[in-house]
Amino acid sequence: MAAIAPTVTAADLRGGSARRRRETVIRRTFGAAAAISIVISAIIIVSLIGNAVSFLRQIQLSWLFADGWFPRRNEFSIPTLFIGSAVVAGIAMVIAVPLGLGSALYLSEYARPRARRMLKPVIELLAGLPSIVVGFFALTVISPDLVQRLVSRATFFNLAAAGIGVGILSTPLVATVAEDSLRAVPRGLREGAYGLGARRRTTSARVVVPAATSGIVAAIILGLSRAVGETMVVLMVAGGTGGSAFTLDPFGPGQTATGAMAALAIGSDQVKGAGPAFQSLFFVGLLLFALTFSLNVVSERFVRRARRHG
Amino acid sequence: MIDRDATAGAVAAKLRTGHADVAGSVFAGALVATLVASVAILVVLLWDVFRRGVPVLADRGADFLAAGPSSFPAEAGIGAALAGSIVMMAIVAVVAFPLGVGAAVYLEEYARDTWLTRVIAANVRNLAGVPSIVYGILGLVLFVDALNRLINIRDLGSLLSGGLTLAVLVLPIVVITTSEALRAVPKSLREAAFGVGATRWEVIRHHVLPAAAPGVLTGIVLSLARAFGETAPLLLVGATGAFFATGNASFMGKLLTTAYSAVPIQILNWAVDPNPAFKSLAAAGIVVMMVILLLVNGVAIWLRDRYERAW
Repeated sequence: MAAIAPTVTAADLRGGSARRRRETVIRRTFGAAAAISIVISAIIIVSLIGNAVSFLRQIQLSWLFADGWFPRRNEFSIPTLFIGSAVVAGIAMVIAVPLGLGSALYLSEYARPRARRMLKPVIELLAGLPSIVVGFFALTVISPDLVQRLVSRATFFNLAAAGIGVGILSTPLVATVAEDSLRAVPRGLREGAYGLGARRRTTSARVVVPAATSGIVAAIILGLSRAVGETMVVLMVAGGTGGSAFTLDPFGPGQTATGAMAALAIGSDQVKGAGPAFQSLFFVGLLLFALTFSLNVVSERFVRRARRHG
Repeated sequence: MIDRDATAGAVAAKLRTGHADVAGSVFAGALVATLVASVAILVVLLWDVFRRGVPVLADRGADFLAAGPSSFPAEAGIGAALAGSIVMMAIVAVVAFPLGVGAAVYLEEYARDTWLTRVIAANVRNLAGVPSIVYGILGLVLFVDALNRLINIRDLGSLLSGGLTLAVLVLPIVVITTSEALRAVPKSLREAAFGVGATRWEVIRHHVLPAAAPGVLTGIVLSLARAFGETAPLLLVGATGAFFATGNASFMGKLLTTAYSAVPIQILNWAVDPNPAFKSLAAAGIVVMMVILLLVNGVAIWLRDRYERAW
């Protein structure tokens, strides 16, 4: 009984040296795994910038503002691609914002718990839909049965069909992010509104939605970023795989930044591996990366603001 | 001075009128309509794909699942693509999951709140939002070119570079979902373990990870599903229709280093083929893919419901 040490020092509590060494090794291993995300970003940026610069060295800058995007003919019109992306993303947002926000508001403010439990998985299923499936749907239904039926002059491959398909893919993202922010609005605000005699619509539209504005804006920006980055639907149905002239007409064929990259990659415009045409892939990729990256940073700002005020 | 009785009477009268709340009903109706539209899109899409695809599957049966690519619609199947996808999923599992879970454990359990930690966390969130085709560029530069130099792969594309590209693509998703699962484990659990003298690793190994396991597994399964359906990056790292590769993958080394295909790539090739017979094959391929994805998602939901604990 007498063997108890009179004082316990910090050294006694530290544990054996082998145990401590193991701790250090494990901590460093996990730290290295975390650092890999930085390495990945660095490699993406370096490989994009390096190849983009070597592309710019090989061309005349006026080629970037040619009449259209025809890599084979050294016409690398950047406006053609990004206006095409804007048209597709704009149409996508016309679909995704009302559908996404409406669904989110209904699920968070109106749906009873049982209805919510049944409807939420549908949104999740929509979110898990591979883009190739929507691309096929755009090819077999949206373009011939919707766009061409409504607009008789529309060609089979058109930007509108691509935009609608991309909108379908962006809708669940807008819906889930917006719903999260709506549900984060404190109960007390709703109860205060009801206590003043406000109806459900007034409470939703005048109290809950304004309180969740930051999150809703973040949802819309994230949806936009997703729409700009979507590739397969555009590749399959926009009709720009062989290049495209500058166009603002959503009912004719066109090309987007992502579609152009995919077309270069599969060599549908016969340029794979050859000179500046293939390397333009990296330049377009760099611009696309910069655009979506800024959109994500802005939406992150809004999410953080929503958290602070929520 | 307010006349209390008059006010009370006015309020009571107002409450009694019971006007139909027309604007409110219209508003609610509009919200329901948006939800119905979203559901309807999904239903029409699935109906269209199944209507086209199921007859092919009923007609060909196992032959469609086993056969390799062919330029004759009656002989073409999804076998080689399925084999390619399965091998790539295995690569994703081996590469992305230890790295992703490790990174999340570091960020949530070890790292102090420094600017570096915050930069890494923000960077991971941003990587999750990078368009998938940009990951294709990364794969092209890093895995196709570098692997070629390193181990001299003859062919431009290989399953290995495809799998590694997909692994990098889902890595941020694994980190984010794992972090969320770790954050949901209450602090008291850790403190109790520290209190009886466990080291940080022992706390993580014996208490935090087991408690977070359902959430971590769900995230892993969902990111596998994401990788399985991803098409765009594979276009850049050399997945082809594999008209020359056969489904006969007896020699693994060969499978890893020669031209390959994946289910979504095969579907793409069939979908854009001018021969309409291939359209039905594409639909049949989509049916196969959707069934696999439903099974995978079902596993995720089952894991979540079976093991999730509320703290």
